[in-house]
Amino acid sequence: MADRELTFEIFRYNPQKPEIKPYMQTYKLKETPGMTIFVALNQIREEQDPSLMFDFVCRAAICGSCAMIINGRPKLACKTLTNTLPSKIKLFPLPVFKLIGDLSVDTGTWFRHLSLKTEAWVHTSKTFDPKAQEERMDNETALRIYEAERCIECGCCIAGCATANIRDEFLGAAGINRVARFMIDPRDERTPAEYFEVVGCEEGAFGCMGLMACDDNCPMELPLQMQLAYVRRKMAAYGLGYKATQGVKLA
Amino acid sequence: MSRYQTHITDVLVIGAGLAGERVAIEAATHGLDVTILSLVPPRRSHSTAAQGGMQASLGNCAMGEGDNPDIHFADTVKGSDWGCDQDVARLFVETAPIAVREMAVWGVPWSRVVAGKRTLPDGRVIEEKKEKEGLITARDFGGTAKWRTCYTADGTGHTLQYTMDSIVIKMGITVHDRTEAISLIHDGERCFGTVARCLRTGELRAYIAKSTVICTGGYGRLYSASTNAVINEGSGMFLALDTGVVPLGNMEAVQFHPTGMVPVWILITEGARGDGGYLLDKNLHRFMPDYEPKKKELASRDVVSRRMTEHIRKGYGVESPYGPHLWLDIRHLGAKHINTNLREIANICRNFAGIDPVKDLIPVRPTQHYSMGGVRTNIDGAAYGLKGLFAAGEAACWDLHGFNRLGGNSLAETVTAGRIIGKKVAEYTLGASLTFNPELVEDAVKKQENRIKGLINGWHGKENVYELRNLMQQNLMDYVGIFRNGKDLQKAVSNLQELYHRSHKIGLRSSGVGANPELAQALRLPGMIRLALCISYGALVRTESRGSHFREDYPKRDDVNWLKRTLAYWPEGADLPELKYEPVKITELPPGDRGYGESSAGSEGGKNG
Ligand SMILES: Cc1cc2nc3c(=O)[nH]c(=O)nc-3n(C[C@H](O)[C@H](O)[C@H](O)COP(=O)(O)OP(=O)(O)OC[C@H]3O[C@@H](n4cnc5c(N)ncnc54)[C@H](O)[C@@H]3O)c2cc1C
Ligand code: SF4
Ligand code: SF4
Ligand code: FES
Repeated sequence: MADRELTFEIFRYNPQKPEIKPYMQTYKLKETPGMTIFVALNQIREEQDPSLMFDFVCRAAICGSCAMIINGRPKLACKTLTNTLPSKIKLFPLPVFKLIGDLSVDTGTWFRHLSLKTEAWVHTSKTFDPKAQEERMDNETALRIYEAERCIECGCCIAGCATANIRDEFLGAAGINRVARFMIDPRDERTPAEYFEVVGCEEGAFGCMGLMACDDNCPMELPLQMQLAYVRRKMAAYGLGYKATQGVKLA
Repeated sequence: MSRYQTHITDVLVIGAGLAGERVAIEAATHGLDVTILSLVPPRRSHSTAAQGGMQASLGNCAMGEGDNPDIHFADTVKGSDWGCDQDVARLFVETAPIAVREMAVWGVPWSRVVAGKRTLPDGRVIEEKKEKEGLITARDFGGTAKWRTCYTADGTGHTLQYTMDSIVIKMGITVHDRTEAISLIHDGERCFGTVARCLRTGELRAYIAKSTVICTGGYGRLYSASTNAVINEGSGMFLALDTGVVPLGNMEAVQFHPTGMVPVWILITEGARGDGGYLLDKNLHRFMPDYEPKKKELASRDVVSRRMTEHIRKGYGVESPYGPHLWLDIRHLGAKHINTNLREIANICRNFAGIDPVKDLIPVRPTQHYSMGGVRTNIDGAAYGLKGLFAAGEAACWDLHGFNRLGGNSLAETVTAGRIIGKKVAEYTLGASLTFNPELVEDAVKKQENRIKGLINGWHGKENVYELRNLMQQNLMDYVGIFRNGKDLQKAVSNLQELYHRSHKIGLRSSGVGANPELAQALRLPGMIRLALCISYGALVRTESRGSHFREDYPKRDDVNWLKRTLAYWPEGADLPELKYEPVKITELPPGDRGYGESSAGSEGGKNG
């Protein structure tokens, strides 16, 4: 492997030091085999600039902490090998989310708000009986729920979405996918009318322009296009006067 | 005007992983006001990384038929090499099935039994019964008599954590994420909460509570090669240790996972071997059957890790720039199986090593994985030494795992212990009053302010925090790993003592303003080295081999002298822990053979008294 010298240009801004305006800072680094942006940023922090802010937790594309704009595209930094990039690497924090400092953004607060807005929990009138056997579920259904549940709340789909960038309350692909996850779930007793209130609007399924940047950007390769279409179809059917009888499940 | 915010709550839970959130839910269900602190948003906690599954003896799948809590109990006690508390193990195995089913009602999409015949990788044909169809199924996981590990495809920890957090959100429980507890507020008798640093702004806050629960997870990152998330630095444990009155239990019991992928140390789950993966050496020879004819690749973790290390030491390792390793081979499972059931593993190989496990071999090596030790508590989760302090999950030594944890028992511990201990926390808190001495709080905050000022201004020296951390990690890796001996352990202890003194002379190179990451690391490092010393010194003094603690110079288990639990205290001003011991509770199953077919090692045979 050719010994490359990598040049990182990194967005710097510390909101706790507002007197210093945002700027780009350059760092140089020798590339090593198997180097990811995770490895590189830690090396920069430990050897060159201990003030550099960024977020990693799992370093294994599981926790969704480390999304940033890498050479123009929202990506998970821990999952990006430097040898897939040119030797000049530009890093920006994700847009849409509140900046904490440098490359660190507050995706956690955004996604908690999303969960609250979409009431992203199983709505059930049943209470748990510790002595009873579990209710049965078809394994196919379990897998379909899991497929939608795989979202790691990284924010890549939101950062790359034109609607989310201009409309504050837009749920984005992650939000609509989250709603789909509960629509599919037979344990959730919500009616079409209740879901319509959450996603049957411009902030929800109808605000999406269908350009599918989200689908390309999702590091979990979630079928966002499919889920968006699924939710939109359900909601359109409902909105057009198809009033399902009370209590009928959408899925 | 006060310099810091004060928050008052009934129950303060430090840590938003599975254990912390489960405790919080239970306490909130009892009508208490609960606040959770976490370094990261709850859904980014390390618990999400667990892929394999959690053990509960539902006995629904064909290979789990006839399973019950008694068999789970025996597996757990044997796995622990008789180091666990048997009352705790009993309570745990009885409650685990309930905890799994409760998670199903809350929303976890557990994988379910599909009726019909299927052929296992080893050629056996099994038939899942029609009458069990749709019930929660289980997979095989290292070291159990029955298939007992409940799972959701390849994302058990993820779905558990997301479901748990959905209930926390639904209940409106207060969560302060990006908030790090940096010391406990106590008067030597009772705990009143914690001083915390905001990781958004750098400001200090005081959290005052009737009860405080440490659920901060493990300390994997004390080692240079660990499967753990980078935030797993053991902070809750050293917070408790720093009080001088709360001991840590069995810190020398450190589990290594056989298959961390070289060189990023991302874990390749047991599922790969459970589903029929092989371990190969440099000659592509499948060597595990030579050592362990019965259990082969599925012997318990410590046994597999040790056999791998032994085989590498004999010169059968594959040379690489990152040191010698072995191969994990799952190619024969086929593209379909790998790309669905083991998708996460396939993705890890592709994304982090650029290899395709359908066609390629996976480079693996034993890697630090789990901390059996932690804040010593009684069966109710109450910490020794301080009233109003509790602990649960990997941060605790409840003592379910003794000297070796079974795969799948720790996720099960988080939700099961969370449920049980949450209730005990609630009972305690309902009977407690909120009285505290404001001066105590003021002093605790001031102490941290002074530490921070000292670090920022370099009052005590100019030591580099990252350099010291790397040295600590290397010492543990090199001298307190899978094979241990007196000479190496002594070296580790001396080196770590020196590092400990140097850690008091850290000076920042950056400004320390705001959410400064260097300051965060500098605040943690002395505590981390204290933990490293508890591990090394405990290992040095324990002159026997038990579970994951393997002494080359004392290869046998010694029940006469060492059937006891280590309690490490840190007296004020010391540079070495003070070790005390307590008996291990044996109620049902007296010490015997672990039955992993490791007779040749002669280590844990157990007939040696
Ligand atoms: C790669 C991997 C795979 C695994 N797979 C399995 C498996 O298949 N089955 C199984 O049973 N077990 C598995 N385990 C083990 C299991 O995942 C963990 O033991 C378990 O999830 C720990 O949960 P916890 O709630 O105790 O801690 P964690 O999930 O680690 O949560 C700790 C929490 O504490 C917070 N925290 C830490 N310090 C502070 C502080 N100072 N102030 C405030 N907050 C703090 C963190 O932000 C976090 O929210 C695996 C472990 C690893 C490393
Ligand atoms: S398809 Fe919809 S959600 Fe996806 S990026 Fe475009 S506007 Fe956003
Ligand atoms: S849908 Fe995909 S891109 Fe969007 S937050 Fe979830 S994992 Fe990230
Ligand atoms: S660090 Fe967890 S996804 Fe990148």
